[in-house]
Amino acid sequence: MPILGRGIEAPDFNLHVTPDQTLSLSELRGRPVVLAFYPADWSPVCGDELGLFNEILPEFQRHGAELLGISVDGVWCHKAYAEARRLRFPLLSDFEPKGEVSRAYNAYRKRDGFSERALFVIDSDGVVRWSYLSPVDVNPGADGVLAALEELPSPAHTGAPS
Amino acid sequence: MTSYLTRPIGPDDHTMGPPDAPHQLVEYGDYECPYCGAAHPIVKSVQHRMGDALLFAFRHFPLTQVHPHAEHAAEIAEAAGERGRFWAMHDILFTHQYALDDDSLVVYAARLGIDPGWARWVLQTHAFADRVHEDFLSGVRSGVNGTPTFFVNGVRHDGPWDEASLIEALRTSAVFAGRR
Repeated sequence: MPILGRGIEAPDFNLHVTPDQTLSLSELRGRPVVLAFYPADWSPVCGDELGLFNEILPEFQRHGAELLGISVDGVWCHKAYAEARRLRFPLLSDFEPKGEVSRAYNAYRKRDGFSERALFVIDSDGVVRWSYLSPVDVNPGADGVLAALEELPSPAHTGAPS
Repeated sequence: MTSYLTRPIGPDDHTMGPPDAPHQLVEYGDYECPYCGAAHPIVKSVQHRMGDALLFAFRHFPLTQVHPHAEHAAEIAEAAGERGRFWAMHDILFTHQYALDDDSLVVYAARLGIDPGWARWVLQTHAFADRVHEDFLSGVRSGVNGTPTFFVNGVRHDGPWDEASLIEALRTSAVFAGRR
């Protein structure tokens, strides 16, 4: 089954973003969301996908977009990873039931037990406008995400930082 | 999804090789990145092997959140470029990745005959930050997915970047003129 594509309503979720807080996709209605599913924290390369997106974050924010990383790692693992890599965006824990949200987006590798390297751009109404499944060992870069964000109609209120 | 170099090699680039060379290699790199350091002699070797058949350009892609000295290193390279010493500084930076603090950068500038007072001023005022950021943004636009990222004849090279692989990729593809 291919990952969810353009025009499909993005499945809502409620996942831990810190040990004592959760975040729902529906809370972010009104602004675009970039969902980055990835296999695991602690990727051994520098300039890995999340590190790269962390550097590019201001470009996403220019479009008023919220960037969320999702993997099956637990909240404490995410916390340590985000601190070590100085990530400036939330990491969501698709931990219990394991991979449930990844499966809902058809972005789960059942045989490996972790998420695919998949990107989704969701518009301010919660509809998938662009998605991309990367080979799991190739970082996708941000050119596709930025092109998709540019094609979104300007939302009534973007929540863009000034 | 193939990613293409959105900004073709132009007069603003730091290049080595004939402008009309049949093959083009663009590297997006970070002077503090160990992988880029490892790539540095490989690129030199590829240039040597391909001679006048290759035009090479280096563009900055500092990963500032993980490499605290990468931004200033890129800026001092640009400053050296302003004085006609870009490639000399480029080589010094990649062979001194263990010492990229501001004091060291100023010493390297002085070694190249650049006024150390000016070099320090450049770092303090971020005089060349815009130039570095232009490179960074062009990389983002082109799908740079880590450092180093190579574009072989205008197409992002996702394969291994040992010498033989790069040369084979360069020789088996034609220059992509760039996409707007």
